[in-house]
Amino acid sequence: MSDPKIEGYEFKPGFKGMAQDTGSDQTMFKGVHWGKAMMWIFLLSHTFIFSCFLISYMKGRGSTLIDWPNTSEVFSLHVGSTPVPLLLIAIMTFVLITSSGTMALAVKYGYEKNRKMCGWLILATAIGGLTFVGMQAFEWSKLIHEGVRPWENPFGAKQFGSFFFMITGFHGTHVSIGVIFLFIYAYKTFKGHYDEGKRGWFTTMKGNYVEIEILGLYWHFVDLVWVFIFAFFYLW
Amino acid sequence: MGIMSEKEQSTTHKIGIYLWIWGLLFVLSFFSYMVDWYQLQGLLRWSLILIFMFLKAGLIMAFFMHLFWERYALVNVLLWPMTAIGCFIFLMVAEFQYTVFTRLFYFVVGGQ
Repeated sequence: MSDPKIEGYEFKPGFKGMAQDTGSDQTMFKGVHWGKAMMWIFLLSHTFIFSCFLISYMKGRGSTLIDWPNTSEVFSLHVGSTPVPLLLIAIMTFVLITSSGTMALAVKYGYEKNRKMCGWLILATAIGGLTFVGMQAFEWSKLIHEGVRPWENPFGAKQFGSFFFMITGFHGTHVSIGVIFLFIYAYKTFKGHYDEGKRGWFTTMKGNYVEIEILGLYWHFVDLVWVFIFAFFYLW
Repeated sequence: MGIMSEKEQSTTHKIGIYLWIWGLLFVLSFFSYMVDWYQLQGLLRWSLILIFMFLKAGLIMAFFMHLFWERYALVNVLLWPMTAIGCFIFLMVAEFQYTVFTRLFYFVVGGQ
């Protein structure tokens, strides 16, 4: 995890340590792999993108005088003949949390150099993500059949459709990209690229299990965004 | 490399902590679903939704994303920009209230 180029750094806890790191006129994030620091900064920028989407949704929903569609009815599924509110969304949430948990364990087993376990857990995460995307595709097609469009819908305020498709679509794109990378990393893990230090395809960096942690950060971020979408878009 | 692998060993955590957090996330998600199930309304609904949301987000960031174990230099660089988002939310709340006000106002007065 630590950058071997930085030698003799001392880990000091708390704000004093932060002040020392920040003012040390050298690498600021000491002991943090550059890839991990860059992933965090990438995720920070994405936090702003998703925040802008959710804030524009808040502004749109707050300023319309027409009733907002009742999400627990719009997103209900029929089990037999009784409608269960938000059923699909609840299952999607649980699937995503499950995949987040398997990813966290994959990172742990990766650092313990347990290649097999790490690979299987990444694969499980990828399958969880794929299930999520599949359910989202089902949800989209169901709503499109019911006549929800970005410019109109039969349930209430017209803005509903555009916010729904934009926010969940952007999130779903992130999940899909994550799934692709999870499959690639599962392959690389099983092949032992991280044990041998094999170089990757767009980087000259030697393979290291820290890459699993970086991938994990991205995947947990996707889950994190879903927590906010679930709260603000589906439950509110 | 010797130093690196020693460091890596020290950064793995017991499996129990991940399982606990995982379980807590399930429980919190279940609770937030229950908020909708029982159709709680008004202040209770909003506060419960927000509490469960922030608890889940905090647990994911602190433990799954390892921020709890990261150095403060990184943690603070990541968390302080969130205040900008807070400001933006504050501004946009004022904005939508103004939009609603003008819409209602001209609906009554009639626009010319």
